[in-house]
Amino acid sequence: MKIAVLSGKGGTGKTLVSVNLAAVASNAAYIDCDVEEPNGYLFFKPQGIKTLEVTVPVPQIDGLLCNGCRLCVDFCKFNALAFIKDKPVLFPEICHSCGGCVILCPQKAISERPKKVGVVSEGISGNVRVYGGIMETGASSGVPILRELFRQSKKEEGLSVIDCPPGSSCMAMESIKDADYCVLVAEPTLFGTHNLNMVHELVKVFKKPFGVVLNKCVPGENPSEEFCLEHNITVLGKILFDHKLGELNSNAYIIADELSEYRELFVDLLHRIEGEVKA
Amino acid sequence: MKIALPVNEDKETVCISFGRTPLFLLVDAETGEKEYVDNSAAASQGGAGIKAAQILVDNGIDVLLTPRCGENAAAVFQAAEVAMYKTEGNSVEENLAAFKAGKLAVLSEIHSGFHNHGGK
Repeated sequence: MKIAVLSGKGGTGKTLVSVNLAAVASNAAYIDCDVEEPNGYLFFKPQGIKTLEVTVPVPQIDGLLCNGCRLCVDFCKFNALAFIKDKPVLFPEICHSCGGCVILCPQKAISERPKKVGVVSEGISGNVRVYGGIMETGASSGVPILRELFRQSKKEEGLSVIDCPPGSSCMAMESIKDADYCVLVAEPTLFGTHNLNMVHELVKVFKKPFGVVLNKCVPGENPSEEFCLEHNITVLGKILFDHKLGELNSNAYIIADELSEYRELFVDLLHRIEGEVKA
Repeated sequence: MKIALPVNEDKETVCISFGRTPLFLLVDAETGEKEYVDNSAAASQGGAGIKAAQILVDNGIDVLLTPRCGENAAAVFQAAEVAMYKTEGNSVEENLAAFKAGKLAVLSEIHSGFHNHGGK
């Protein structure tokens, strides 16, 4: 079973929820898909880490074969090629590795070379296998790293908790693509509700079953809860705004391992989600 | 010598953006002849600076007067041996006059781009 945890912005509690769901399960994989700013490993402190480099192909132009016809430069939709002094010049950071220039070149002057865009890693922390990755500074997209991350974690047959990158961009889409269930984490503010709406739209487009966890709840009105009521969305659970939780969490402790009331909360949440998936 | 400036649609003021300016003004320093070129790079999803620089290089410019320039566009100009000077204030005419009088400084700060952060 694959559970993806997402939210419309950073700091709502995706990592809190996904780390603790994986931690209370008897046997689980935790997959940190926020390859721009990974932080799940801070909580799990995994051991025995194996890493793998991720590359994408970028064009390599043979100046002797190139006759300066400029077809490749005019073709590139991303403007990754410029034409200077009768020769194409590549800007590798802009290239999206579509391979079009290689196919198009009538002189067969363009081949491909691998360019490093990041690394993926795998380690163990108690009952949890911890997967993660990080983008190389300047890489244009984290999607190739996510693809490798899911290739590596394919062997997982039990519970996988996917900690998604914030927002509803292509990286979030890549992260929820194969999920069986999506958990949307929301804050009790108007801004939080707007962000909840963004990921709500996303999971509807992907036709994923989903429910909401209301985080940082305080007495008084909760626009995100009202949004759920209005749209008939299942509220899976509520986490109260708690200074104790905030402090332990910001010191990279797994709250379910520290405080029994939180262990109970996340065990209940996991059961609730498992029930929803089976239903 | 051909001089280029990114200009706003009013054609009187210098555009704050190089890659996404609506128009480029090209001035022939010898004859004073002016020509406006549409910046088709303005609508690019990415790499606008490179494409805008390409348009100017293809038009055979020797000098660019601009308030700022990103690193990719600057790389195109450096390779094409186009000199870059920093504009002062937003008047097109005053900047052209200042350049001819040798009063504009060489553009030395090259920013690393506003990729996906410049608004849509």
